[in-house]
Amino acid sequence: MSWEPVIGIEVHVELKTNSKMFCGCRADFGAAPNTNICPVCLALPGALPVPNEQAIEWIVRIGLALNCTIAPESIFHRKNYFYADLPKNYQISQYDQPVCTTGHLDVDLDGETTRVAINRVHQEEDTGKSIHVGGGGRIHSAEATLLDFNRAGVPLVEIVSEPDIHSPAQARAYAQQLRSLVESLGVSDAKLEEGSMRFDANVSIRPTGDEELGAKVEVKNMNSFRSLERALAYEIDRQTEVRESGRRIPQETRHWDEAAGITQSMRSKEGSSDYRYFAEPDLVPIVISEERREEIRATLPELPHERIARYVESGLDPHAASVLVSGEMGLGALFEEAVQNGADPKQVANWLTGETTAYLRKRETTIERTALTAAHLVQMTGMLTEGRLSSSAAKDVLAGVLEGEGSPEDVAAARDLIQMSDTGAIESAVDSVLASNPDALEKLRGGDMKPFGFLVGQVMRATGGKADPKVVNEILRDRAAR
Amino acid sequence: MPIDIDIAHVARLARLGLSDAELSHYQAQLAVILDHAARVQEIDTEDVKPTAHPLSMVNAFRRDEVRPSLDRTEVLEQAPEHEDGYFRVPPHLETQ
Repeated sequence: MSWEPVIGIEVHVELKTNSKMFCGCRADFGAAPNTNICPVCLALPGALPVPNEQAIEWIVRIGLALNCTIAPESIFHRKNYFYADLPKNYQISQYDQPVCTTGHLDVDLDGETTRVAINRVHQEEDTGKSIHVGGGGRIHSAEATLLDFNRAGVPLVEIVSEPDIHSPAQARAYAQQLRSLVESLGVSDAKLEEGSMRFDANVSIRPTGDEELGAKVEVKNMNSFRSLERALAYEIDRQTEVRESGRRIPQETRHWDEAAGITQSMRSKEGSSDYRYFAEPDLVPIVISEERREEIRATLPELPHERIARYVESGLDPHAASVLVSGEMGLGALFEEAVQNGADPKQVANWLTGETTAYLRKRETTIERTALTAAHLVQMTGMLTEGRLSSSAAKDVLAGVLEGEGSPEDVAAARDLIQMSDTGAIESAVDSVLASNPDALEKLRGGDMKPFGFLVGQVMRATGGKADPKVVNEILRDRAAR
Repeated sequence: MPIDIDIAHVARLARLGLSDAELSHYQAQLAVILDHAARVQEIDTEDVKPTAHPLSMVNAFRRDEVRPSLDRTEVLEQAPEHEDGYFRVPPHLETQ
């Protein structure tokens, strides 16, 4: 029997407001523990929440960019559950009247576009951070939990997709394209490694062709796009195995263990009714007029799909354009800056989407952590155009620049990679190769071009690989014609 | 109208460890409350506008401005336990 995976993704995005969602504490990442806390975010008796206006504007922005309906009136709910990182014992969230409903994101994967429907986008607050200590740092055997409430109350937007995703690769593409959308809106750092963007996936499988959905398993703790893809592939295989052996899949939450490469059962999933949602009595409704909605729509910047279209129009191939916009973060900004400073768009795109992207993946790092700048790209593509760098040498140069060895000029000089474009020197190298291979020269003159490649190779070897092959070709042709 | 209550489940959601005697005691009390709610639900609300809030005001927002936070030392001193600037609590992963 063949099985079809059905995947829905919940993405949490921390907004980069100055202050928290319901109080004036700083909302930034990385402060010393428990330095951004107050009676509201610690849930001290009598404290009252007041929503951050900026967060509301930004969730509307996200909703509009995702083609959602913006509710004329929406309200907050309390989601009740007990966990030590949740000081109030409830999270202020939204339930049946979220700010945004029914939208979509068109996801490009391998030249195909699939529409993933968005169920809802709602506003809530983040929880504190827990560190489990003792027991060798293992979550199941911890002796105590340490709590930092700096993150408690940071504005969080949850974007819930419909189960429209059918492969791990598609899930990754959806998450990446959503990230670049949120990034382009300027409302979140959307950094996976800092947790300002996080995703959970609901996965089930069903016999191909069936309409009915299988029991869904929620998978958590995927901290990179790669781990999202891996965790889903693992979970789909696991569920297939269970079903094929005739057992059933219980509805549960599973934790992705990155090191072991498996998902593990965490706890039985609480049903929605267990959260005992009720309208938050401390907060009044949010009303967004048509006029206000359109005012916010007018502030939308160029969105990723519009940017991809612009790049394609300027001559890039669609794949390169989409990698620049939705691939590793920060590539697009480097591209724009390099091109503005006179670099050739196609060349820069190739170096960024090819070598640079491969380097970032291999090193599991981000562009900001490398030394590469737009000025470096301008210089390197200039050297290529001038013929002072061969494209194979440029690969080495780029690797050196990424490693922080200096500018392309510095790296090329230090690694002795500047291409020989001095025609006189190449001519003498060609002539000495021909002098020691008179038979080959005879053949060329007789119209037999077979030894041509061999002779080019000999010249390259004689010049230590630094001769410009184009110039070598020209000179050889000239000698053959004499 | 008798209402079926899974009292053990309700107790678990509230993180209350109750004895069997307590469970049946509270089950009876909760039944009375739910019975009352059921009677309220019988009221004809056809012409009543749904309301989530008794106040008629909307959009009570604040500007995105940072206000001073509390002094950490003072806050942590009031917690039963703290360590290196963190609140320290018993391990809290649910394993049921």
